This record gives sequence, structure tokens and C-alpha cells, in this order.
Amino acid sequence: MSNQLNLLQKNSTAHSAGPPSSRQRFQRPESFENPPMYVAVMTYLGFGIVTLFGYFRDFLRAVGLEKCHIAREREEQKDFVPLYQDFENFYTRNLYMRVRDNWNRPICSLPGPVFDVMERVSPDYNWTFSLTGKTIDDVINMGSYNYLGFAENDGDFLKTVADRTQQYGLGVCSTRQEMGNLAIHEELEQLVATFLGVESSMIFGMGFATNSMNIPALVGKGCLILSDELNHTSLILGARLSGATIWVFKHNNMQSLERLLREAVCSGQPRTHRPWRKVLIMVEGIYSMEGSVVRLPDIVALKKKYKAYLYLDEAHSIGAVGPTGRGVTELFGLDPSDIDVMMGTFTKSFGAAGGYIAGKKELVDYLRSHSHSAVYASAMSPPVTEQILRAMKCIMGLDGTTVGQARVHQLAENTRYFRSRLQEMGFIIYGNDDSPVVPILLYMPGKVVAFSRAMLKRKIGVVVVGFPATPITEARARFCLSAAHTKAMLDQVLFDLNELGDDLCLKFSRRKYSPRPQQHNNNDDTDFELDS
Amino acid sequence: MDFKYLKEYLGWLYYQYLLITGIYVLEPWEQSIFNSVFFSSVAMVIYTSYAFVPVHVRLALNSLVQALLCH
Repeated sequence: MSNQLNLLQKNSTAHSAGPPSSRQRFQRPESFENPPMYVAVMTYLGFGIVTLFGYFRDFLRAVGLEKCHIAREREEQKDFVPLYQDFENFYTRNLYMRVRDNWNRPICSLPGPVFDVMERVSPDYNWTFSLTGKTIDDVINMGSYNYLGFAENDGDFLKTVADRTQQYGLGVCSTRQEMGNLAIHEELEQLVATFLGVESSMIFGMGFATNSMNIPALVGKGCLILSDELNHTSLILGARLSGATIWVFKHNNMQSLERLLREAVCSGQPRTHRPWRKVLIMVEGIYSMEGSVVRLPDIVALKKKYKAYLYLDEAHSIGAVGPTGRGVTELFGLDPSDIDVMMGTFTKSFGAAGGYIAGKKELVDYLRSHSHSAVYASAMSPPVTEQILRAMKCIMGLDGTTVGQARVHQLAENTRYFRSRLQEMGFIIYGNDDSPVVPILLYMPGKVVAFSRAMLKRKIGVVVVGFPATPITEARARFCLSAAHTKAMLDQVLFDLNELGDDLCLKFSRRKYSPRPQQHNNNDDTDFELDS
Repeated sequence: MDFKYLKEYLGWLYYQYLLITGIYVLEPWEQSIFNSVFFSSVAMVIYTSYAFVPVHVRLALNSLVQALLCH
């Protein structure tokens, strides 16, 4: 324990950018290290060679020497406009299909800190799969968004959920506006508002739909949306559906945002030069592909200076960051009323499904009648609502225990430990030191695939992400830490990562970190016995 | 004893070659095609350099020396 405290102190002094200001927390520097040049060259080389073989196999399929397993036009349609010749279909046919055994793996247990994966084999190189019937048990789960460990099936914790299911049943069979407004929904909305420190909130049944259906209700034609480069698809879809003008600023770059704001205020709408009806800045709390945290104090200062509105999507950060789990507003010590629209999801830290929008009472009352999701979508199911209620009460301490607070602290400790050990080993990690999302950069397509398969063989389940979701040269493996991971599990994962890093040559970092002074003898020896 | 480590090391080097060039994701017959094309071109480069580079270098040096001596 004292070793870890020394490590924490060493980390905070090594990474601080300057003396902390009195009211706000200083921003820990975020690193996006570039790899050596040969890595980029080899990544392009790998993609180039596999693309050439893709053209070769397409030729064989067109000539008829090989059977085509994927959709193609019928004989009568060969003279029509081709349907499957664009790059996306080429990529799916020739690159994704070869390696798709690394995604969509069927799971047959609860997605807790360990889970069971069903074993699949493919006789024809991943075109078809068949389950063998065996399961791979006790795979350590480093991919589920289970930040506070609320994905659990312990009977004691779920007693209230069972009671509510007995009381309300499972289906609501209506929308919120018609007959679906249950008392339990009102209770949850009041609790969410208290949790966040705002006036009022509204909950929705689906997290993605919270963004995509509510942004069109808030902005329309004649408004301007300033959206971060790396925003999630739900935000982009909502922005496009609204019909507003969208300008994109560089990721977390305040100079880019300020330049766009000045441009917006000075020149107004494109042809008429009238002032914009509304300017909405859309950012996320933690970006899930990078692990970076938004620069909230700077954005709030800019928003006040240029009279814009702020929409903060805390899908990954609510419950996961901040001393008591209240999200990025608490992390930076800001007043929640500074942020106009606070949005979040219950999928990640609360182990349920759905989303919320919180803010001033006038805003939420407007959304109750004007949002598509509120008017047309089915309301949240009662057991899911009760799960969120019990998870939130646990985090706030309202159920009389300190379990929630302990979990928040455990998550922060796990994050710091994992990130510092990975940086010492020499991997390139992106993102802020506080975020529980840890992307390890793998770059080359062959290594991405080999990494995922080798980790499953060592009974660790990871999520690897490649080209369409990330830039082509930045394929990565994304680790999501959980408060339910014990130190033994993390040490096991780190040990396997170390071995795989040497085996596959993944340690590209060129920074020098000194090895930790005392941590070698007491912890590591006992943990190596786990894999006998 | 030494040969076992050598074989293992060569196997690891071949694995790295598969990963770096991206051949790892291809089916075995495609890997054989690529390997044969690649290693035959490497063999041709080696043969050409062995057969022609000393001769060309000698001729170039001769003409350089003659050019220097004439002036």
C-alpha cells in the first residue's frame, strides 16, 4: 500500500504541468506520442500488400475460378450501376472477412470482470463459423464498459430490481407522453438531477437515441454547431438530422475553436450575414477512442466570452471520473449550471441502458414535449430503471453503505496503476492519465489480429479497433478498466501484455521511464504463479 | 542444444516477417505465392549485385583515374 502511495506521488509530480490553481484542478498533460517513421511505412506496406491480394482474389472471383461467398449482383443486373464496387465493400470482402473471428465473439455469461466466451471454429477462413459447444471459461474482461462494476448478478444487490419487476412487470407498452410515464421514472429523474447538481433531468430508453433524437429538438436551420473532430456517431447523426450548419474544430484544440467562434460572430450566416440564431458547442467528457478528457474550463470560458451554448456528452465520464463520480464537471471543480445541456448514458458506469439530458427546468420541460424520443419512443423498462436507481444511490451513499465510494476510488487507483505500468513497459498509450479508457497503439494490421488472437489464447478478452473506426495508420487495442478488477487480475494482464509486447515487438515508445524502485520483489513473484 | 534455440529464433523472425508485411492475414497458398515472388526477386538482386557490381565499380574507378591523370 505504501509502495502504491509513493508511486501516486511520483506520478502526480512527474506529470503536473504547473502549480494547481486555487479553485480549479490543473489539467494533466495528455500524450499522443508519434511512433518512429518505420512503423508508418510498414503499416502502409502491410495494407498495400493485402490490397493487392484483394484485387487478385476479386479477379479470381470475377473470372469464376473461385466461389464467391458474399453478396453480388445477379446475372440480369450485371449491366446496371454496380452495387458492390466501392471501397467499403472491397475492404469488407477482402480485408475484414479474413480476420473477422476477432469481433462479435459470442459470450455466454455476465460481462463482469471475468466472463465465458464460446469457442468458434471456421473451416473456410472465416466465411462461416460453427460453435464447438465448449466455452472458454474465466476470460479476464478488458473490453466491457463496466467502469464501476455494476454489471453483477449477486442476489442481494438485485433484490430491489426483482421487487420492482414483480410490481411493474417488464414492458411499458407505451411512450412517455401517452401511458408510459411511471412513478419510477419520475423518481429516477429527480435522483439524476440531485446527482448532477442541476434543476431537472429527463431520461430516455436508449443512449444513442438520446443524442440523435434530442439535438434536432434543440437546434435547427439557422443555427451553428461547433463539433469536435472526434465526436461520436450519435452526436454527428443528431447534428446532421437537425439541419443546422456544422463546423468542425480540431480535437481539444482551443485555438481552433476560438477562431471558429470569432468567425461565427463576425460573419454570421453564410449568404445573408445575419447573426446565427444559436451557436452550440458539442463536446464529449471522455472520448472513447482516444481516452482524452475535454478541456472543460477553457471551453466554459470561451462560451461565456462569445455567448455560445455548450452540450456536454458524458457517456463515458459520468460515474467514472471525479472524486465522487460526478463526471468531468466535478473533475475540474466547475459549477454544473455553467453547462447548458448535460447529457449522459446509463450504459457504461451504471450497468443498465438508456440516457439522460439534464439542465435548467425550462430546457427539460421543453424537451418533454418537443423531443422525438420522448414523444414516440417507448419508455424505459422498470427493472432497468430500478437498476439505475440502485446504482446511483449506491454511488451517492444514500443506501447507507460506502460501497459506491469505495468503487469510485478503486477505479481511480486501477486507472493510475495500469496506465503508469504500461507507460513504463514502453507501449504508446493515448489519452489523459485520469481516464479509465486506455488505447494501446498497435499500428500494423497483422499485429492487430495476432494480438487479439494471442490474448484470447492467454484468456484475456480485448477489443481491437482498426481502419474505419480509427485513422488507417492508428489501429489500436482499447482496454476499459473496471472497479471490479482486482490487482491480481491487472497484474496478470500486465504480465501477458509484457510478454506479448516482446513477442510481437509492440513497444514503440521512445520515452525513457525509470523502473519503479520497490515494486519488484513483494508483488510480482507471487503473481507469476497464476499462469501455471 | 544450440540448434533448438536457433530454430526457435528463426521461427520467431519468420513470424515477425509475416506480421510486418501483413501476410499473416492471408491464406497459406497466398502466403506461398508472395514468398516465392519476394524471395526470387531478392535472389535475383543478390545474384546481380554479385555478378555485376565489382565489374562496374572497377570500370568506373578506371575511367575516374584516367580522367584525373589526363588533366
